[in-house]
Amino acid sequence: MTFNMIAEAAVSLLLVLGGLFAFVGSLGMLQFKDFFMRLHSPTKGTTLGIGCVLIASMIYFSVSQREPHVQELLITLFLFITAPVTGHMLAKTGLHMHLRFITGTRGSLPELMDEDVGQSRVARPLRPKPPGGLKTRREQLLKSRGR
Amino acid sequence: MTPILRFLPAPMLSLILLVTWLLMVRSVTLGQLLLGVILAIGIPLLTRQFWLPFPRVKHPLKLFRFLLCVLGDIVVANLHVSLLILTPKREPHPGFVEYPLQVKDRLAITLLANTITMTPGTVSTNIRLDQTSLLIHVLDMKDEQKLIKEIHERYERPLREIFEC
Repeated sequence: MTFNMIAEAAVSLLLVLGGLFAFVGSLGMLQFKDFFMRLHSPTKGTTLGIGCVLIASMIYFSVSQREPHVQELLITLFLFITAPVTGHMLAKTGLHMHLRFITGTRGSLPELMDEDVGQSRVARPLRPKPPGGLKTRREQLLKSRGR
Repeated sequence: MTPILRFLPAPMLSLILLVTWLLMVRSVTLGQLLLGVILAIGIPLLTRQFWLPFPRVKHPLKLFRFLLCVLGDIVVANLHVSLLILTPKREPHPGFVEYPLQVKDRLAITLLANTITMTPGTVSTNIRLDQTSLLIHVLDMKDEQKLIKEIHERYERPLREIFEC
């Protein structure tokens, strides 16, 4: 009886924590100012959230069906493999499309080499200029060349 | 090449496939075990052409320690990013850092890039195709040199020791 209660409490706590982390991670999408910063919240903020929910699921089914449930570990494994790769692909695409980043960004973006860019450049959709604060890489380049 | 290695080009991959299969079907009966073994031998043989030669894991114990360390860092990373999100007053200072790579092996580089993405405040954005540097986007940058040194000490050196390259 008491063991079940402890398990129940642990499961509830993990579920609430997991939900909280996933929510905060999603909130980051709203909070952060540019594309590259927004990449940080789905790759990290939600990993722990999903991890908590999976651990809760493992405990719940192991206790209620009285046999170990470990296949949730597979989900964790796939998540850990796919999340960074997806983040990397998104970031790379962002670089190729010269997405705007916030002006305070430190460090310079190295010029992409020919082999990084590929044969044909990705067409960038035309957009109205933002009211200020954000700059494209191309604008920065033009400015630094004194044009 | 010994006869056993001809049928098991990647023993670790085969083992992982077998365990994955048994976890997915959730039973360890003889039939499933047999099917799992067939898959574990067949899939690496069929996909062998696509793989680069696997580097040998020289120190499995160190790999285990590295994984534990990364797991701990993932939790810290989550708390760190959550804290940044929840305190909008504190403006983060994002930045790009070019990280000089010292590991040469492709699998090691992949592992390093994945680790960097999963750990506090950094996402790997671009890798030079000549495999000499990795571009990292940092969410809240304080000291560029310190960050490079930290990544080197904490992740790259263990990886180099594990694969010895």
